[in-house]
Amino acid sequence: MSKPVYVGLDIGSSRTKVAVVDSERRLLGHAVKKSGTDFSVTAGVCLDASLEMAGATRGEIVNAVSTGYGRSNVAFVTGQHKTEIGCLAKGCYNRFPEAITIIDIGGQDNKVIKLEPDGRRNSFKMNRKCAAGTGAFLEEMSFRLDIPLEEMNGLARQSREMVKLGSYCTVFSATEVLEHIRHGKKVADIVKGIFYSVIKRVLEMDSPTERVVMTGGVVAHNPYIVEMAEEMIGRSVLLPELPQLAGAIGAALYALEEKGEANG
Amino acid sequence: MAEEKLTMRKKIQAADRMNRIMADYFYGLDEAATTGKRKVAWCTSVGPAELLRALGYDVYFPENHAAMLGATRMSTDLIPAANAIGYSPDICSYLTADIGACLKGITPLSKAYKGIESVPKPDVLVFNTNQCRDVQDWFAWYSRRFGVPSIGVTSPKNVNDVTEAHVDDVSRQIQALVPTLEEIAGTKLDMDRLRETVSLSRECTELWKQVLETATAAPSPLTFFDGTIHMGPAVVLRGTRVAIDYYKELLAELTQRIRDGVGAVDDESSRLYWEGMPVWGRLRQHSELFSHLKASVLASTYCSSWIFPAFDAQDPFRSMAKAYLELFIVRADRYKETYLKGMLEKFRIDGIIYHDAKTCPYNSNSRYGLPQRVEAETGIPSLVLSGDLNDLRCVSDEQTKTNVEAFLEQIAEGR
Repeated sequence: MSKPVYVGLDIGSSRTKVAVVDSERRLLGHAVKKSGTDFSVTAGVCLDASLEMAGATRGEIVNAVSTGYGRSNVAFVTGQHKTEIGCLAKGCYNRFPEAITIIDIGGQDNKVIKLEPDGRRNSFKMNRKCAAGTGAFLEEMSFRLDIPLEEMNGLARQSREMVKLGSYCTVFSATEVLEHIRHGKKVADIVKGIFYSVIKRVLEMDSPTERVVMTGGVVAHNPYIVEMAEEMIGRSVLLPELPQLAGAIGAALYALEEKGEANG
Repeated sequence: MAEEKLTMRKKIQAADRMNRIMADYFYGLDEAATTGKRKVAWCTSVGPAELLRALGYDVYFPENHAAMLGATRMSTDLIPAANAIGYSPDICSYLTADIGACLKGITPLSKAYKGIESVPKPDVLVFNTNQCRDVQDWFAWYSRRFGVPSIGVTSPKNVNDVTEAHVDDVSRQIQALVPTLEEIAGTKLDMDRLRETVSLSRECTELWKQVLETATAAPSPLTFFDGTIHMGPAVVLRGTRVAIDYYKELLAELTQRIRDGVGAVDDESSRLYWEGMPVWGRLRQHSELFSHLKASVLASTYCSSWIFPAFDAQDPFRSMAKAYLELFIVRADRYKETYLKGMLEKFRIDGIIYHDAKTCPYNSNSRYGLPQRVEAETGIPSLVLSGDLNDLRCVSDEQTKTNVEAFLEQIAEGR
């Protein structure tokens, strides 16, 4: 029996994310992989994995939309694409249908998107041409500290006395980190300082409205960053079940809605 | 899947004539400098060019040359040469590109105009700091390099209302340049000739204004990207008959487009305003980016900065002073906000793009909360693009594309 599905592919600079939804907007399957150097191959692998999870085949794809840095590299699936900003807005509003500020911390860029109560975009900001405060910044710091990326969250949580970093620049921050190590500061305290710096960078891009939603791979893999953000903003933050998939889900919902419109 | 036909910006036919005019202008300068038949003055783009022409100088504008370095994408390779002698990558990339070109003995004029080997050597350098302090430092370097005097006007900055006191000050400064300029030119200033030059500048500027205002039509017959090219004569040949004749021809072509209902961008769906400098090395890409999305960037502060309603042949010195002071870049934010709101209304704008040029703080108006204030008052959404006029190391094409696409999605959603 045929199972019509709608696919969203978010080809990010760091990770490729694919989401499969049905006509009732239910998430049936998803996959995440490192984007690597061949975006279309990675997208194909993710697509098949998420279809398998959904119990569907490529032949059952009714419509697909791509987004992200490599959105034009998946012509084998779809020629339709939307911006990450549009897809994040769509995905988050579907989960939290109210006026929200979305803070997305991605691999190479950060976004702050404000939505009206009816879901329309009010404004958006992307970070300047600088990776400070993004996932790339964390990767660089993990390399400098010789700590696996996945251990940073646990380390930051152990901190008792955070070491603040003062620099804007990833390279200068790395130098600062080395200086703190030389002065005998604890690695856990430095890692918490690195997390603090990430949140600070993104919060200075725009002032968030009352309800804040956080998304992105950095948030998904470092829940302590969300706790720290809540402390800094002074209120609780909303999180979708799969923060890293928000853009891909939004793209899948676009695929569903646009097919609906086309058919209607 | 069928190939999607991409919307392109249409070519303006008068461009061929403009190219000939610009060629004549540069060959004239080259002849003046190489034969010594006429004196050459270098002038900042809104410096006292009328006075220089009235004294018989051929007038060369280094900013125009720097823009050529940018548009030909030569600048990013030349800027480091200026950085290496102490001119920071954070200061004006017109300055660093132009000085870098001089250090390396390179000019795009040689490629564009056969037989021209270098920029025309100056007899005098004349600046007006109404735009920024960088022009004075830029000319100071050439003054040392060529051993010629650098003189000029230091303008007040951040002015809301241009007062009589401001005009008195700048007018006196312009008049104080006359003895030195007369001595170098070897001639006395003929006031009738100055009046005539000011009158020609006024006529040129009126026509340029009419050209830009054709973009009030929907669809707009021209874009900001056309404007950055076709402003050439208004920048380098104001005060001459040839510029006036050119703009008459261009205006006729654009007026005909309006009569025919022809837009510069087919199926114009969004009307955008550009605030700030162009990204010279990305003019074509940006033009295509917007036109492919059926958006027309049709008005700008930048192109409109060569409209000088104050020029008055009856009062040449004071009216020159007033014209140079009334420039947008000289003004404080209260004036700028009022000006922008007027432009948004006049051109029926759906969205405003602020170019935050890394090396040009004076022409980047997104740094003191102005976009937020204008947006709050007009409800017209805005986007800030990070980039630069000439240093492409400060430009991220992917970020620009994503930002522009998302901005147009936002405008479409708001309808």
